Amino acid sequence: MEILTWTYILVGLSFALYIGIAIYTRAGSTKEFYTAGGGVSPLANGMATAADWMSAASFISMAGIISFSGYDGSVYLMGWTGGYVLLALLLAPYLRKFGKFTVPDFVGDRYYSNKARVVAVICALFISFTYVAGQMRGVGIVFSRYLEIPIEWGVVFGMCIVFFYAVLGGMKGITYTQVAQYCVLIFAFMVPAIFVSMQLTGNPIPQMGMGSTVSDGSYLLDKLDGVLTELGFAAYTSGRKEMADIFMITLALMVGTAGLPHVIVRFFTVPRVKDARLSAGYALAFISILYTTAPAVAAFGIYNTIESVSEKKVDNLPIWVSNWQKTNLITVDDKNGDGMVQYLADKGANELTIDKDIMVLASPEIAKLPNWVVGLVAAGAMAAALSTAAGLLLVISTSVSRDLFRTFNPSMSEKKELRIARLAAAGAVVVAGYFGINPPGFVAEVVAFAFGLAAASFFPVIIMGIFSSRINKEGAIAGMITGLIFTLSYIIFFKFISPELNTKEYWWFGISPEGIGSIGMFLNFFICIIVSKFTPAPPQVVQDMIQEIRIPRGAGTALEH
Amino acid sequence: MPKPKMQQYWRKNLITLFYLLVVWFVVSFGFGILGVDYLNQFNIGGFKLGFWFAQQGSIFTFVILIFVYVIRMNKLDKEFDVNED
Repeated sequence: MEILTWTYILVGLSFALYIGIAIYTRAGSTKEFYTAGGGVSPLANGMATAADWMSAASFISMAGIISFSGYDGSVYLMGWTGGYVLLALLLAPYLRKFGKFTVPDFVGDRYYSNKARVVAVICALFISFTYVAGQMRGVGIVFSRYLEIPIEWGVVFGMCIVFFYAVLGGMKGITYTQVAQYCVLIFAFMVPAIFVSMQLTGNPIPQMGMGSTVSDGSYLLDKLDGVLTELGFAAYTSGRKEMADIFMITLALMVGTAGLPHVIVRFFTVPRVKDARLSAGYALAFISILYTTAPAVAAFGIYNTIESVSEKKVDNLPIWVSNWQKTNLITVDDKNGDGMVQYLADKGANELTIDKDIMVLASPEIAKLPNWVVGLVAAGAMAAALSTAAGLLLVISTSVSRDLFRTFNPSMSEKKELRIARLAAAGAVVVAGYFGINPPGFVAEVVAFAFGLAAASFFPVIIMGIFSSRINKEGAIAGMITGLIFTLSYIIFFKFISPELNTKEYWWFGISPEGIGSIGMFLNFFICIIVSKFTPAPPQVVQDMIQEIRIPRGAGTALEH
Repeated sequence: MPKPKMQQYWRKNLITLFYLLVVWFVVSFGFGILGVDYLNQFNIGGFKLGFWFAQQGSIFTFVILIFVYVIRMNKLDKEFDVNED
């Protein structure tokens, strides 16, 4: 069968599965809508968290980014997994014991202030919106590439699907669809990786294949280092970025991961504190399957590409090259007219440009795998984009219905709150879809910065809310605002006001805008502690609450209100 | 729970966290970033050691860390009778 037919069949089947699950598990109460009724098993929650977390960027783009940046790509690998250690050890168990629905809930109660809650809501909405727009764009790109329909229609179709199950199912529907989506995406990622690893190194485990020998008996990574240096690039296993910058970016990504509201909220759905800890462990285990395979896919991809294209005749390139040339993801331009392709670091002489997404999208074709594998990768990429989008939409709708409407109208009936939550989710889908179709140039850029902002705003305030009983509302509000404004101004200055100055020489301490969230975080901690020192301690009720959340017993299910 | 006992539980919890976070820092920021050039002199299989920690080893360690934490805390909860079952 044709690739296109397989793609339609596999994507169609996976969608039917998601919709079926959504109908079967739809939410009936606010508690089910916000936290799936608090009855999800740690294993299921771990899978759902993994799917929620791994976005289109993790699935499609990350391996490619590593292909072209080698060691420097490690910031994503360590940054996007190390955060789960912080989450499991420092946040998840205590927030579960606290037992309400959202991050702003915790901030508002712990800092006994609606002002603090509103600041937290604004941070949550800002982070989630930037992130979700990127996902909708991802959905559109996958649709247009695989199903050969215009990107706009892809986005609209994706919107309808997400709308259907996020708005209808709430957290309960989303959780069980995400479990299915995890299975689809990990299978789709692993199958080509295993085959490529076997073809290249004879080892079926990609993680080990990466460190094995290729056909001529030399180690893959050594050979890659050699080939790349010869072509004028930096060696694959050594970095180009400054060590300080690598350090700060990794830290910002880790801390940001732990501060992302759509990830934190997943730990409200399990029954007990010990389940929250365990499910963080499962989540990272499931995530690490993809995250330790991605660097292998990256190394195989760049190696294969160079082997099959570099110094080969222009009119006799492998069939996958011409296939993807149609989408402009690969372009070949024989500048010196010698009939051969030169892939070189020198931009003036380089004749081959490759989009980073190729490394995953074209891997089944490069390895000459059957057509159904291509369709499978398409279904996996869709699963990754849809699951993340749904999780984010839920945070947006919860923030609006619970953190904004209920705060200012505490007597609202549950039915009305549920209706507002659904309306907000619907509104968010439309806005996200609009940005997916008409991406303002900055969307892709801003997504990367959502982490820095989460690191600089939420993380310190939540940590100190748990581990210190002296930090008060004045400190928390001052800290959040300082962290957010500092990080935002640094990013806006270098990315939008004076992009021409966005180089090492002008950065503070050599830290790029991607890593500045770390400094924002330290500032937040610092301001928060100083301001709290000179203002009155929190009231006794709050002190008691802090003691209470430190002990697991008595968590029960998430409180009604 | 009486206050002194509660404080003892919390202290033991913090000590556990401290040790685990030291390991967390050492395998990622230590081996994978700050000491990467030094460790790259050594090889395991076809990997330079520092590079391996940055792209594989740190991630495996993270997973183990969380499960160690889970086991350790479940024990501690039982010891102080604050467990949930």
